[in-house]
Amino acid sequence: MGGGRGASVNAEVQYEPVIGLEIHVQLKTRTKMFCGCELSFGDPPNTHTCPRCLGLAGTLPVVNAQAVHYGIMIGLALGSQIAPRSQFHRKNYFYPDLPKGYQISQYDVPLCSGGQLGEVRIHRVHLEEDAAKLVHLGASGRIHGAQRSAVDFNRGGTPLAEIVTEPDLRSAEAAREWLSLLRTTLRAIGVSDVNMEEGSLRCDANVSVRPVGSSELGTKTELKNMNSFRFLAQGIRAEVERQSELLRAGQPVLQETLHFDPSSGRLTPLRSKEEAHDYRYFPEPDLVPLEATPEMIEAARAQLPELPSARAQRFAGALGLPAERARDLAFRSELADFFEAALAATPNGEPVALANWMQTLVERLEDGADPAGSLVSPAAFAQLVAMVSEKAISREAGREVLDMLVAQGGDPAAIVEREGLGAISADDGGLGDVVAAALASDPDAAEQVRAGNMKAMGPLVGYVMRETKGRADGAEINRLIRQQLGI
Amino acid sequence: MSQHLLELSAAQAVAAIRAGELDAAELFELYRSRAAADPLNAFTWVAEDAAVAAPAGAPLAGVPAAVKDLFCTEGVPSQSGSRILEGYRPPYTATVVAKLAKAGAPLLAKTNQDEFAMGSSNENSAYGPVLNPWDRARVPGGSSGGSAAAVAAGLAPWALGTDTGGSIRQPAAFCGIVGLKPTYGACSRYGMIAFASSLDQAGPLTRDVTDAALLLRHMVGRDQNDSTSLELPEEIRLPSRGDLKGVRLGVPQELTGTAGGIDPGVLASFEAALAQAQALGASVEPCTLPHAPHALSAYYIIAPAEASANLARFDGVRYGLRVAGDSDLDTMYSRTRAQGFGAEVKRRIMLGTYALSSGYYDAYYGTAQRVRTRISQDFQSAFAEVDFIVTPTAPTTAFELGAKSHDPLAMYLNDVCTVPMSLAGIPAISIPCGLSDGLPVGLQLAGPAFSENALLDAAYALEQALAFDGRSAWAGGGAPA
Ligand SMILES: [Zn+2]
Repeated sequence: MGGGRGASVNAEVQYEPVIGLEIHVQLKTRTKMFCGCELSFGDPPNTHTCPRCLGLAGTLPVVNAQAVHYGIMIGLALGSQIAPRSQFHRKNYFYPDLPKGYQISQYDVPLCSGGQLGEVRIHRVHLEEDAAKLVHLGASGRIHGAQRSAVDFNRGGTPLAEIVTEPDLRSAEAAREWLSLLRTTLRAIGVSDVNMEEGSLRCDANVSVRPVGSSELGTKTELKNMNSFRFLAQGIRAEVERQSELLRAGQPVLQETLHFDPSSGRLTPLRSKEEAHDYRYFPEPDLVPLEATPEMIEAARAQLPELPSARAQRFAGALGLPAERARDLAFRSELADFFEAALAATPNGEPVALANWMQTLVERLEDGADPAGSLVSPAAFAQLVAMVSEKAISREAGREVLDMLVAQGGDPAAIVEREGLGAISADDGGLGDVVAAALASDPDAAEQVRAGNMKAMGPLVGYVMRETKGRADGAEINRLIRQQLGI
Repeated sequence: MSQHLLELSAAQAVAAIRAGELDAAELFELYRSRAAADPLNAFTWVAEDAAVAAPAGAPLAGVPAAVKDLFCTEGVPSQSGSRILEGYRPPYTATVVAKLAKAGAPLLAKTNQDEFAMGSSNENSAYGPVLNPWDRARVPGGSSGGSAAAVAAGLAPWALGTDTGGSIRQPAAFCGIVGLKPTYGACSRYGMIAFASSLDQAGPLTRDVTDAALLLRHMVGRDQNDSTSLELPEEIRLPSRGDLKGVRLGVPQELTGTAGGIDPGVLASFEAALAQAQALGASVEPCTLPHAPHALSAYYIIAPAEASANLARFDGVRYGLRVAGDSDLDTMYSRTRAQGFGAEVKRRIMLGTYALSSGYYDAYYGTAQRVRTRISQDFQSAFAEVDFIVTPTAPTTAFELGAKSHDPLAMYLNDVCTVPMSLAGIPAISIPCGLSDGLPVGLQLAGPAFSENALLDAAYALEQALAFDGRSAWAGGGAPA
């Protein structure tokens, strides 16, 4: 056991996290995995059930072809091998949210094996059915000790794809970022809502630590219940810290499953009884092996859109965006879509300028909001950026116009006209007069600038900006100050 | 009049109704009243009202069927012989039962059975044992014992059963009637309360081979509700063959002879039937199924393993029996299942759970699956040489109630001749071939997958020559002796 290495007490050792993720994704099919009930979210309890998903005696599962199609799309998006024949198994355990007493899942022959997304290798992707939802009434909030527990079978049988990575992640932040890439990828291919708060994306993490430089894996723990990106990073950080402290203190890490409580930031072990399962997997005799034919695989491939990682490469390559900016846009499909729509609306659009202004736009929207849902149209946005690039308005005025677009929508040119935000230039004489007034108003600063102290430029530029209500171009003001001071 | 009606086989009754010579309602009422007065404990439920009239021109013309309890029937108790499902009325009907109703065979009654089809004597029913109409001190066989006894005693024109390791064929043999287990997948399993999913098959229990063919014709077919169901390559025909010229019958040494534990009286009857087959033109030759002696061992791993999972859904949460657990979930589970399941079911759940557990899976379940593959290969090799395999259906005739109920292994040996065909998924039929000490003896004919028509033809030819008369059992279905 890798944990044994902790026996030598050494407070100096630096530990490196080794993290793998297990992600459950609810597929956005019309019906459940093994019956014809429609998927639902938020409907009254037990209104989407049938003899099959209630586990009534004598019922048999029938595989949902759309779920298989989505599973293959996921596999292709992650570069996995699609098994020509995969097998469903029964995973046996008793729990009230599991009406048959077993979950139909895949075991030794999953639908998809191998693959890679970003820097992380994919171990496997398999299909299974979701459990029902338990509601516990009582102080504990858990089934043991609950006064009453109720089961809502609406969710039971929802198709799930379980995606398992190799332990290739080395920090909590990297795990969070990679999960974001995965979410974008799954959203882009349209197989899931991938909403962590609603539970359509759920992530468990396998975490171990090892001394930096070691290639041996330490004892891992499994972290559950990290139902937001923030909690995922918090939970992993807390666990890495906990394991490192144990090892530094010469104590072993125990292999266990931990529950992360985001309110306290604490990790508590699940009762050993709850995790000490022998699932007694065996091939599901009610289903024939799942055949993924070349036709099915081609049909799935034909439906794949450009994937976020490819899009980021295109933004960086063909459009010349800095790599990080390209990823920021491409890994949020809604931003990339808006960006591309704006680019298409500009005859000689400058991608780099547009991308920079995208960041400004995102800052002005609510956290995580889709700009397509705002009052700013891609065309108006593109026009605004072009006006700044052509120096028809100053950068500062551009920001003001953007604020107004976000607040009310409309046409940027009309806003500039209405608000009198057009750039003042030396050509029409106005700006030169304002600069002269600025020099006259603060002779000290003017003298310092003349003497070479460029810091004194600030108050002079500020004066001009104030007087022109930000319509003057900063570079132009600079030029005129130098010109009038003769430097 | 009613004696005259009783003389009619189901197929003859169908013909008479279609010819306008018989009123379907009269026939239904005859059997309904006989079933209601059942002295054999063959039924767990009998229709109280006349059936809804069969649609005009329906091929089965309204001749009603008794249906093994484990077939789900909407609004009608479907308890699979178990206390845990006492009073359970499903909200839907099994595909096979629905198909028969549509073809004009309405539901007459639900028949008693071993709990969850686990047993060979019907003594494992939570609703009491079924008595054999030939001798009420004896068992009817199992697990479809109620169906077999009902048909043999003239309490039902025909019946549905299920066969997992011999549960149609062995009770048919014990009760002197015909029982057919079709090719695995021929009949939909949707709505059959599962015992062992990879082995369970529905099939007919009937007075004669023609009735079996007629009922089967309306049971088979691919069902989108059952992924393992299949379309047969051809429609089931009514048999008509008069001889067995050119038919090669193989007698597997492993499943015949006293070394295989076959009772001498059974063997004598079996050999006399083989002589009849030869007289009809068949060749009878020895053949070999080298792995058949391991079939029972493999079966008693695979079937309990699947059953251990299939029966997990009876947990007291949603339907069926629930015994309160003093606010503790695990206590509720264990009390419910302890009180709801009988001893044999518990034994098999434990066997199956053990066989699948971590560290034992490959040694038990894995090995059993490999044996199963070998057995299938044995049959394939044998069918390269012969058309059908013939064996006694069961090693003994019907035994006395209680004779084996405390010796599970002796009980399991009842299925020694029928289990290999179940593991191979091939069709097999049991027909009565004579009496031994006044009790019926069954002869089993097995053919390759999807050979139902040829099998029925051969069984029919032999049946005509053997001219077995089972009418003496009708008295056993009369008022208590
Ligand atoms: Zn359903």
